[in-house]
Amino acid sequence: MAAPFDKTDDSVVVIIGTGAGGGVLANELAQKGVSVVSLEAGGRYLPEDYVNDEWESFGQLAWLDPRTTSGDWRVSRDFSGLPAWIVKAVGGTTTHWAGASLRFQDHEWKAKTNYGAVQGANLLDWPIDAAEMAPYYEKAETKLGVTRTGDRTGLPGNNNFKVFEAGAKKLGYNDVHTGRMAINSSEYDGRMACQQTGFCFQGCKWGAKWSSAYTDIPRGEATGNLEVRDRCHVLRIEHGADGRVNGVVYMDKDGVEHKQVARVVCVAGNSIESPRILLNSATAMYPDGMANSSGQVGRNYMRHLTGSVYGIFDKPVKMWRGTTMAGIMQDEVRHDPARGFVGGYELETLGLGLPFMAAFLDPGGWGREFTTALDSYENMAGMWIVGEDMPQETNRVTLNMDVKDQFGMPVANVHYSDHANDRAMRDHAFGRGQAIYDAMGATRTLPTPPYPSTHNLGTNRMSENPRDGVVNRNGRTHDIENLFVSDGSQFTTGAAENPTLTIVALAIRQADHIAAELGRGNL
Amino acid sequence: MTIKTDLKGLTRRQLLSRGAAAGAGFVIGTNFVSGQDAAWATEMNALKPDTMATLIQMARDIYPHDKVADEFYAAAVKGYDVPDAVDDTEAGIEMLNGVARGKGYGSYLDIGWERDRVDILRSIEDSAFFQKIRGGLVTGLYNQKAVWPIFGYEGESYSQGGYINRGFDDITWIG
Repeated sequence: MAAPFDKTDDSVVVIIGTGAGGGVLANELAQKGVSVVSLEAGGRYLPEDYVNDEWESFGQLAWLDPRTTSGDWRVSRDFSGLPAWIVKAVGGTTTHWAGASLRFQDHEWKAKTNYGAVQGANLLDWPIDAAEMAPYYEKAETKLGVTRTGDRTGLPGNNNFKVFEAGAKKLGYNDVHTGRMAINSSEYDGRMACQQTGFCFQGCKWGAKWSSAYTDIPRGEATGNLEVRDRCHVLRIEHGADGRVNGVVYMDKDGVEHKQVARVVCVAGNSIESPRILLNSATAMYPDGMANSSGQVGRNYMRHLTGSVYGIFDKPVKMWRGTTMAGIMQDEVRHDPARGFVGGYELETLGLGLPFMAAFLDPGGWGREFTTALDSYENMAGMWIVGEDMPQETNRVTLNMDVKDQFGMPVANVHYSDHANDRAMRDHAFGRGQAIYDAMGATRTLPTPPYPSTHNLGTNRMSENPRDGVVNRNGRTHDIENLFVSDGSQFTTGAAENPTLTIVALAIRQADHIAAELGRGNL
Repeated sequence: MTIKTDLKGLTRRQLLSRGAAAGAGFVIGTNFVSGQDAAWATEMNALKPDTMATLIQMARDIYPHDKVADEFYAAAVKGYDVPDAVDDTEAGIEMLNGVARGKGYGSYLDIGWERDRVDILRSIEDSAFFQKIRGGLVTGLYNQKAVWPIFGYEGESYSQGGYINRGFDDITWIG
């Protein structure tokens, strides 16, 4: 049967979410002839709809449903209702992402083995490794058109990159370039080249940056095997007496409740909403939430340690011009405990517009220390830290039973406190970042605290042993054979790389697995 | 911001005939606040003009940019000049003036040095009133498109084809 599908059609795979995980999985399955219904809480926005204005775009795209926070992270104090800056739209956070597309380093797949015991950290090895993922990384890079992979050339460097590159090289760093970016340096796959417009975070109006919103989603729909229902907000997953999931209950845009029955359910609502849905799906059979016999659903929330460094110079930089994040220094990404911490970090160029600089430079700050920095906005260069943070069982997404969303469902509380390793790494990265700008004659440098999380990871982690995590090596839940997790919440550990490429590679791999299992009659 | 055309363009002398010069450079009339040079004026809908003038000064003291004219601070706090916000705002400014009087000044606006006003703001920075005003300014001030050029920020570039041919890499001082 071709899309649209009937709500009683029990042959369909239902995927919750249409971002890097869910959107790619939906298309990959549709291309293989599998019937898919995708449920997306947000609306449809395409390049012509994107707004190159930071706050207006935030209002258009960001997930602003209520959430709460706790823990000692500064986000909880400065942005108590906004733990994460992620998107509610068809295409999910692939509309907002910067495009940085990096493979994990080989050793990062086996963090527990390679880092050893780290007190207070809940480290675990992934049940998969670099060799197994290599072909899927190559497929993902080809799909996204990642620069500096295959025969694709790098993007040109903007002003912000030139300051960053020259400073890094003065310090003796060598692995400095304009990044491996899912932003076209020349026309690719029917999408045009980057026009150096800035506003990568607000949705690329040229379509030069890969987003599932205008690639995988429409291609999947064109097969006739994929139906995307936008503005359909999932409340819970349901199961039968046999324990297998049998459908998904959601509210449509008019506030009418529906149930789509399903042969298989894949959860890809990101690392905050995915565990929330599983926890909100508790029943007498699954009293602690669905797929949660391990007690690990919602735990080990990771966000990369992050932080930014801004440098002020006596001459203009105009960091807002050009590709937002096309610049990287990778010399510090190695695992080298001699620095005082395990794991490593990337430094990546970053430029914010004046409105977001004012909001994020020093949240809560005021007075001349704050305003004299903004007075030099035109002369600022910026970089972002992406480092591996430690999984901790106590950093977790739970249901806040005291706060309900617009549908009466308990909202997610996001609890996060830095591990000592995170603090040591951030301090090191702040110091190196400031040194890069000092080497270029900065008159002032500003080590800036983490923003609301964009890399949300690990709350339904992958594990070899069902006691240690929520899903197996294929993203299939240990507890329920026809329930999968298909987003960054699968991450066993976070590694030091921007996560989207790995989420896409895992989704392509999972599509192969699900299609094969369907073909074998195992699902 | 409401700019009354019959106030805008008045000479300073004409303005002063309708109100009283106050504090750091405002003219406070019976139903308006303006700059002493009459470059801008805002007519009051709900707040007392004294309260609005104090709020404008408070906004500048929280986020002082010497290159940014008063009219932008006035626009940033104009949203409190509505019936729903009057009680909280009048009470907050009265609290501020109370602290000023406690330190021997006639009012917040009577304090001549920024550092002395900032001392008072520091003493109330944990109050809900201060945090509401400060938080509102983050967008109220810095998200005014008219303010952006003062900081050199160019806003969107899509309508001009991005910066691919307009200087994305035009930096000249890198050796």
